[in-house]
Order: sequence, then structure tokens, then C-alpha cells
Amino acid sequence: MDILPILSTLRRHKLTAGLLVMQIALTCAIVCNAVFLIGQRLQRMDMPSGVAEHELLQIQVADVVKSGNPYARVQEDLALLRQVPGVQSVAFSNQVPFGGSSSNGNVLLDPNQPQRTLNATTYFGQNLVPTMGVQLVAGRDLQDDDFVDVDTALKGLKTGDTKSLPHVTLITRGLAERLWPGQNPLGRLIYLTPTVGLRVVGVMASLVRPNAYDADTAQYTMVIPLRMGADRGMSYVIRTRPQDRSGVLAAALAALRKADPQRIVTTQRSFDEVRRHFFRDDRAMAGILVGVIAALLVVTALGIVGLASFWVAQRRRTIGVRRALGATRSDVLHYFQTENFLLATIGIGLGMVLAYGINLFLMQHYELPRLPAIYFPVGAVALWLIGQVAVLGPALRAAAVPPVVATRAG
Amino acid sequence: MFQYYLDLAWRSLKRNKALTALMVLAIALGIGASITTLTVLHVLSGDPLPGRSGEIYYPQIDPQDLRGMSPSKEPPSQLTLIDGMNLLRAARADRQALMKGGEVPIQPEQSALDPFYVDARYTTADFFAMFGTPFRFGHAWSAADDEAKARQVVISRDLDEKLFGGANSVGRTLRISGTAFQIVGVLDHWQPNPHFYDLNTGSYAAGEQVFLPLQTMIDLHLSRDGSNDCWGNGGGGTDTLLPADTCVWLQFWVQLDSPAKVEAYRQFLVHYSQEQKALGRFQRPPNVRLRSLMQWLDYNGVVPDDVRLQTWLAFGFLAVCLVNTVGLMLAKFMRRAGELGVRRALGASRRSLLAQLLVEAGVVGLVGGVGGAVLALGGLWLVRQRSSDYASLAHLDPSMLLTTFVLALGATLLAGLLPAWRACQVAPALQLKSH
Repeated sequence: MDILPILSTLRRHKLTAGLLVMQIALTCAIVCNAVFLIGQRLQRMDMPSGVAEHELLQIQVADVVKSGNPYARVQEDLALLRQVPGVQSVAFSNQVPFGGSSSNGNVLLDPNQPQRTLNATTYFGQNLVPTMGVQLVAGRDLQDDDFVDVDTALKGLKTGDTKSLPHVTLITRGLAERLWPGQNPLGRLIYLTPTVGLRVVGVMASLVRPNAYDADTAQYTMVIPLRMGADRGMSYVIRTRPQDRSGVLAAALAALRKADPQRIVTTQRSFDEVRRHFFRDDRAMAGILVGVIAALLVVTALGIVGLASFWVAQRRRTIGVRRALGATRSDVLHYFQTENFLLATIGIGLGMVLAYGINLFLMQHYELPRLPAIYFPVGAVALWLIGQVAVLGPALRAAAVPPVVATRAG
Repeated sequence: MFQYYLDLAWRSLKRNKALTALMVLAIALGIGASITTLTVLHVLSGDPLPGRSGEIYYPQIDPQDLRGMSPSKEPPSQLTLIDGMNLLRAARADRQALMKGGEVPIQPEQSALDPFYVDARYTTADFFAMFGTPFRFGHAWSAADDEAKARQVVISRDLDEKLFGGANSVGRTLRISGTAFQIVGVLDHWQPNPHFYDLNTGSYAAGEQVFLPLQTMIDLHLSRDGSNDCWGNGGGGTDTLLPADTCVWLQFWVQLDSPAKVEAYRQFLVHYSQEQKALGRFQRPPNVRLRSLMQWLDYNGVVPDDVRLQTWLAFGFLAVCLVNTVGLMLAKFMRRAGELGVRRALGASRRSLLAQLLVEAGVVGLVGGVGGAVLALGGLWLVRQRSSDYASLAHLDPSMLLTTFVLALGATLLAGLLPAWRACQVAPALQLKSH
């Protein structure tokens, strides 16, 4: 197909052709960035937690009136929950992965350094590692005699009595790599305050923060041997087989209620629900982006159909003349297809530049990474296809114009 | 004349239904998407205390030691209990309130209702007058009640309806966490969004059901929510233990009626910091901030980034729709070159042709606007189905409905300008000749 005559025809329709190019360029730029944003969201939603998510349940209960010894209360509840058929293991934790609310500490490598090194999240509670299914890659788990009651520790902190503070900690591999790159973290000291030094006794493969909003710091996690009393914000974490979850949850709640009908259950859910809830906004955003992409492509396709139809109607006579001079139907068809391909190509070229510009803007204002080059050819192919599909109808109509039209006036 | 153009426009639009439908669809889709996201942005970045917010300020001071808890030069976003009480008792502002959020169990007298937890606000007496909370029954407690650690409570309209069927419950007893409180006031509906006075307990749609004196909370060890930030050897304290003196955990708001008072209060904060440094409590040089309510919301970046991103996206989409409309309108108007040539030859001026074509564009814009409003209602319904904490707030208000039509009409007229201008350039004689 000869491109030159197409170009010279287009030169006479500069404005409409220019508008079509502009529309394709804008669409291309937005679609590239939107697809990229979807990828980002999906990647975030896939963030590993480091725990056996499909086997875990979370229950939070709260007393109406605080009574008795909160530490004994926890031990009673744990004993009760262990009795529930199907329960493999139970832990009591101050926070859970992707739970949202978190307890954090400032980490110092030297007790006298002027600024913190980083901020890490701190899990407290017994039996946490085996129950949650956290994988230990070096060292040992926390043991019973490592544990200190929270109230004792807080008093110790106030009075400066370091003996009543915890002395060891587990950290994630990610945190270890950040603090001591390439070195063995076992036996090293981390300071939470100038007087609270914790020796690293074990390294976990992964355990995500409850509020992992930033992928870079999501694994800055420590587990500290503090024993807590029953309290509203604490969670019972139950491990069971995936297929037993709903039955075990119901039985566990019934057991807790039977022990004290006055208590209020504030949270009861599986860890699948915990993750779903945490990433709800990301899922919604991805959905919106998919909707926008679809709508954009439809609008652009309809625009191409509209303009191409107009051109065909406008050039009926010219087409008739060409047909009368010997052009075949497929020549006419190819003419409009090539024309669309040319316009789409120019639009895509401009769109790429624009896509890059939009990405720069997003990088500046929303801390997004650079748009990977792979999105450009994907966007280009999508728009070429849409253009060809959209132009097919009008082009077929043009091909159907009989040569006899050439002989008619107007 | 306008009537005539309207008639012409209507005929012309009917003549080419497919092209017209395409234009209306494009406008409606673009406007629908833009208005949906704009409404969400509008709701989320709104003024929670219209008419009052200009006088409400959030003082910040810096009590941290030299090692400090954060490397930023900004003072912490909350106060220690000591500083909070000092600033409160100094009473240098027109009004001031010190506060903290929490959650408390309510034990209804009626045996039919199980105990349940509600969000609580522990605050001092000025809270109600300063924020202008509407009272349905009764009134706030007094500053004397604060100091007396009174067992008094103000409840929300919702809680009053749940427990007392909406009757005037002032004077009745409410059991909270095992303690009997006397109800002194019932608020009317009041839920400022954003939840500006304590962003730690949710930025949006977080309404407390009970309000009781801060000193009473401390006395009874009621449970607290929100953040505690500590430094040095400070410990956050578990639920029953108060945070250490080296922890910030309270929000403090003041009302300052004039710019002079704002400046005086800023000076007071500097002076207070110097005094505390002289006493050895503070170690840093005075580092104070006094942000107005709206500045505070802005500083905290309350509006989610996602919402801003969606708004950009929707406007990009609108731009594509408009470019599309320009193209289609150009096609439509140029096709009528013959008809326009005849009108020109019969003496119509370019200006009247332009007016005629713009009226036609305006009709497309209005119809598209109606479609856009319907789509926006649908879009907002979809937003409300989401589980974000702000989702329930997404409603189209009259001002946004007006914006819809202004935007639709304005955008379409703008889009129609170029095609109309081009179409008016036809030479009358030439067109006549060719027919």
C-alpha cells in the first residue's frame, strides 16, 4: 500500500487527524501509567507475611469490668483454647501481621548514638513463633525463662532496674541485613533505649509489620519476650487446619463465652480476612484503574469509529472514482486501515513521551518508581489493535461503495 | 433568536443520532468520572467546623531530650500529661481543651441488651463550647467538674436512642466499665469530618458515643486508644498504666479569637518552653508550632493519596472524552458546510452562525451533564460499597450537582468552540456553487 497519497490526504484534514492523534496519545499515556499502577497494587497485595496465613484465626475479647489477675486470666484462656478440638497451637500476641495497629520501638546500635537507626515493630507474647508458623533460619526460639511480665518491665524501666527487663530478641532476616549487612547477627546487641539492650538469639525468615505500608520497611520486625495480661487490644492467635477454621472459630468462641458470659468478643476472623481488610483500599484502587482503562479504550474506539465514518461519508465520491479507475474493494479497505495505523502510530509515539512525563509527575508527588519500559510496547500493541478493530466497520462500508457513485453529482 | 437556535440545534442533533449519541456518551462518561472523584475529594478535604475553624488552633511544643525520638525538626504531634495540664491550667487562650480517645464498655440497665463497647472521648469542659457541639438535651460539664474528677458523661444522640429510645436521659445513670456515671447532656447529631481533633483514632467517620472528663479517665484507669510516643527510658504503658512523663499522648486545642491573640499565644508557648528548659525538664531550644485547624489537616496529609490520584485520573479521562467530542463535533459541523453556506449567503453573519453552533454544543453538554450526574450517582454508590473508613461519606451535595452541570456545559462549549469557528469560515459563494 502506498503511504504517500494517504499522507497527502491527511494533510487536508489536519485538524481532525490531529485530534485523533491527540486522543490516542492521551489514552496511551494514561493506560500505560494505569496498567503500571495496577501492577504496583497487585504486587503490594502479594506482600509476604511470614506466617501460615491459611491456618490462623484471630480472636480479641474484652472484659466489661477488669477483674482478678490479668496474667492468670490469659493462662486460663490459653488452656481453655488448647482444649478445643482441632486447635493445634495457641498464642497470645500484642499485635498480628497486617492487623493495622502496631507497637514500635526505636532501634539503636550504640546506646549513646544521638539519633535512632530505624524504627522497628515489636511483637510480644508467648508461643508466637510456632503458632504463627514463623520460620526460624538461625539461632533459637524464645524460651519460657526469657520472658518477663510487662508490668515488671515497665517498673524496671522507670526505676532503672535492668534485671527486670527482657534481655534477648528475635529479629527478621530483613532487619538483620539492614543493621549488619552480610554479617552474622546472632549474639549482637540492639538497644531500644540507652538501658534496654537485647541480644539477638534467633533470626526469622520473615514476619511482616502490622502496618506494612512501605515495602522497604515492612520486615523491620522484632519479637521480644514480654508476657502480657488479658487486655482489650491483645489477640489470641489459633492455629488449625485450613478446612477446620470456621468450626474451630465457633468452638473457640463458645468456649471463651462459657468461661465468662460477661466478656465481649471484639474481633473474630481468619487471617485471610485480616489480609483482605488490610489491602481493601489497594484492591479498590486496582478495580477503579481497570474500570478507567476499559472506559478509556471504549471511548477512544468510539471516537475512531465516529471520525472514520465521517471521513468515509465525506469521501464517498473520491472512493467511487478510485473504484471506477480500477481499485479493488480490498484496496479501499487497506487504504483506511493503513490510514488508521499511521495515525495510531503517531499517537502512540506522542503517547509514550506523555506517559513518561506523567510517570515523572507521579514519581515526584506519590513516590512511585520509574515506569518500566515493558509497559510501552504493551500499550502500543493494545492501541494498534483497538484502532484496527474500530476502523474496520467504516472501512468495510467504504469498500462497499460502488464505482457508479463516481458518476453521480454530490 | 435563542429559541430558534435551540430549535435548529435540536433538529440537527436528531438528524444524526449516532454521532450525537457518541458525543453525549463521551461527555457523560467524562463528567461522571470526574464528578465522582471530585465529590470524594470535596468531602474528604472539607472544613469539619465551617465558620469556626478559623479560630481553632493546635499548639505544639518540643519536650524531647537531645537524643530525641525522631530526627525531624518538627515538634511531636501530641503533648505529655504534665505539659498538657500546665497549658490547660494556664488558660491563656479564649478556650482550651486537653483530650484523648478510648473505648469503653457500656452496661445497659435493660437486660435485653448485652454489654457493648463504644468509642469514647476523654476531654475537658471547653471541648463542647469550643467546637460548638449541638446539644439535644442538657449541657456540658464544668471546669470544676474536671478538677473534681466528676462521674459525669455527655452521650451521643445515637447512644441515647439505643439506650433510652431517644427520650431526655439527662439525670439518669449510665454504667461505664463498672462505674456509675450521671448523664448531664445528650448531643444532637455531631460528627465532624475529617475527625480533626484526634487523627490517631481514624481520620474519618469516627464519632465518639460518650464524652467524659479526662481526669475521671485517669482516676478510673479507663482504656485509651491512639498513639503514645516515648523517648529516653520512657515506656508507653499498657492499657491500665499511664504512659511515662517522657511520652506524648494527648491532644490539645485552643480557641483564639483574633490574630493578635494567636501571636500572643505563640509567644506564650515559646516562653513556656524557655521556662521548662530553665527548670531542666526541656532540653531543646524552644521549638513551637501553632497551626490553625485547616493547616493542621494539611500538615498531617489527611486526604488519602489514592483519592488525589483518582482525581487526576478522572480529569485525564475527561480530557480524552473532550478531545473525542471536539473531533466528533468538528466532523458534524463540517458536514453541514452546505447548509451553513446557504445561511451565510442569505445574510446570516459569522457571529450568528457561531452562536447557533455553540447552542448546539451547549445542548449536547446539558444532555451529557444529565447523563454525567446519573453516572456520578452510580459511581458514588459504588464508592459507598467499599470498606474504606471514608466510603460512607461519599454523597452528591447540591453544590457538587451544580458543579456537574457547570463543568459539563463549560467543557462542551469549550470543546465546541474550535469546530464552530472552523465551520463558520465557509465561504458562502463557493458552497452555493458546488450545489
